[in-house]
Amino acid sequence: MQSFAYIVASILFILGLKRLGSAATARQGNLLSAVGMLLALVATLIDSGFSWGWILAGMVIGGAIGGYAAKKVEMTGMPEMVALFNGSGGIASLLVGWASSTPGTTLTPAVSIPLFLAVLIGGVTFTGSVVAYLKLSEKIDGKPVMFKGQQILNIIILAALLLCGVLYVINSGGIGNPWLILAVLLSFAFGVMAVIPIGGADMPVVIALLNSYSGLAACAAGFIINNTVLIVSGSLVGASGIILTGIMCKAMNRSLGNVLFSGFGSASSSAGKAVEGEAKPISADDTYYILEAASSVTFVPGYGMAVAQAQHAVKELGALLEENGCEVNFAIHPVAGRMPGHMNVLLAEADVPYEQLVEPDDVNPNMAATDVAIVIGANDVVNPAARTDESSPLYGMPIINVDMAKTCIVLKRSLRPGYAGVENPLFFCENTRMLLGDAKASVQSLVAQFKED
Amino acid sequence: MSSQNDLLNSMKEQIGLMQDRLVGMEARIDGLLEAAPEPVAAVVSDGSMGLTLFVFALAIFLGVELITKVPSQLHTPLMSGSNAISGITIVGAVLTLQNLPEGSPLVPIIGFLAVATASVNVVGGYLVTDRMLGMFKSKKEDK
Repeated sequence: MQSFAYIVASILFILGLKRLGSAATARQGNLLSAVGMLLALVATLIDSGFSWGWILAGMVIGGAIGGYAAKKVEMTGMPEMVALFNGSGGIASLLVGWASSTPGTTLTPAVSIPLFLAVLIGGVTFTGSVVAYLKLSEKIDGKPVMFKGQQILNIIILAALLLCGVLYVINSGGIGNPWLILAVLLSFAFGVMAVIPIGGADMPVVIALLNSYSGLAACAAGFIINNTVLIVSGSLVGASGIILTGIMCKAMNRSLGNVLFSGFGSASSSAGKAVEGEAKPISADDTYYILEAASSVTFVPGYGMAVAQAQHAVKELGALLEENGCEVNFAIHPVAGRMPGHMNVLLAEADVPYEQLVEPDDVNPNMAATDVAIVIGANDVVNPAARTDESSPLYGMPIINVDMAKTCIVLKRSLRPGYAGVENPLFFCENTRMLLGDAKASVQSLVAQFKED
Repeated sequence: MSSQNDLLNSMKEQIGLMQDRLVGMEARIDGLLEAAPEPVAAVVSDGSMGLTLFVFALAIFLGVELITKVPSQLHTPLMSGSNAISGITIVGAVLTLQNLPEGSPLVPIIGFLAVATASVNVVGGYLVTDRMLGMFKSKKEDK
């Protein structure tokens, strides 16, 4: 009965994930997987011998916290939220592993090895996610933290973890096993060390990777208790997280190792060729005249749009342009923002229909025929040096070719280089105009001018 | 008469010896019981490692196949939705609170914390994904 329910739950998870892959069925897919979760939980609870007090207290308290956070979070705060949920899954798997190390039992290696792995991966996921959360919510500086001997320290921690693992498996059992407790602390330390050298713009990769880890931790917990539903769903999540990580790395033309260990944009990496020329500023009035005459406009949003909370104003401008007989779309780079799909969520919140959200490969071929490309708080993903300058650290990264549009208007706070510290020759192009100032205020003044007529 | 007494005496002797042996055996069983590990808890797996590894490998391949073709606009909901699935560790958390071993007050507390954190993951993950997906609108639905 129970194993039958677990099989059905696993099938629901698989169908749910499949349906999450298409916009029309995604919501239904999420619901299916939630039903699977409920089924697996109920099937587990029909057994006897539970300490109901502890279970109910845990579910009520945890469920209330999770539910409250999910209802209250702003869409701009979504990357932090996902990081925190990842972290809570990680620590849960660590605790499951720890509590399973029951005193007085002799654990076979088939149990003690996954138990150790659940603790290790769960711990890394937990502190890694917490550091990612702190960086994303700007409670700590988002810049990469690098120091001398960092790699050596990492290797020492890893070696110590390996040693703890061997000693734990040999002397298994007991929640007070000193090697297990040491491993918990070391995995916490390793999670922190793994995420501090990674900068804000590389966060999409980290979030996707931590997502994968939280699945693998659950999978390891499944091996401890020999429970197939945990193993199946944990490895599904682990695999999907790895795929997503790969997509993010490919969108930046970098290897995973490079993202994790290089501290991109830190002082050691070159800033590419110095760019000569002068940026040409433009007023909101002149921008309005250009837009009014345009028959096709492509918006390219970036993290700056999220910071300025400009998505609603941008949507309004897009709608007014459409009324004006202009063709409007939003070109979204896979790594724009701080998590995979960040811009899509923000624009969806502002009611932009998803047909208008397009990928770089779909807009680049038509860019030369586009009248105006408006870049809102994006920088590195539109840097033409990625195409032309072999000495640039961005060289080879697929970008959105806004410099090829007839006119390119860049909304930017100042002329400083972007996150990666790389000069952007786009600002000095013949057909580029800079609309300096807060992105939201600039877009709102454009909207106001359209409404006046 | 004497032969009968002899027989009875020897029987008595035998019974005494048997008694001694039984006592010795009893002591040995006691010793074995003390030395033997506590009965293995229900949560600990048996030896079907090969099969579970097989299931694991298949599920990894299935996950890879399922995810490769997801459009980038769905990356965030996919991530938070799959993150909610990783909250399945709640099943493991609940099982740690079954048949608690005597004399370790720490286990229920750890188990409670595991259930609580896994619940945050499950409830929060599904709700936030649903909220996000509710915002994805098609142009057709708008009009």
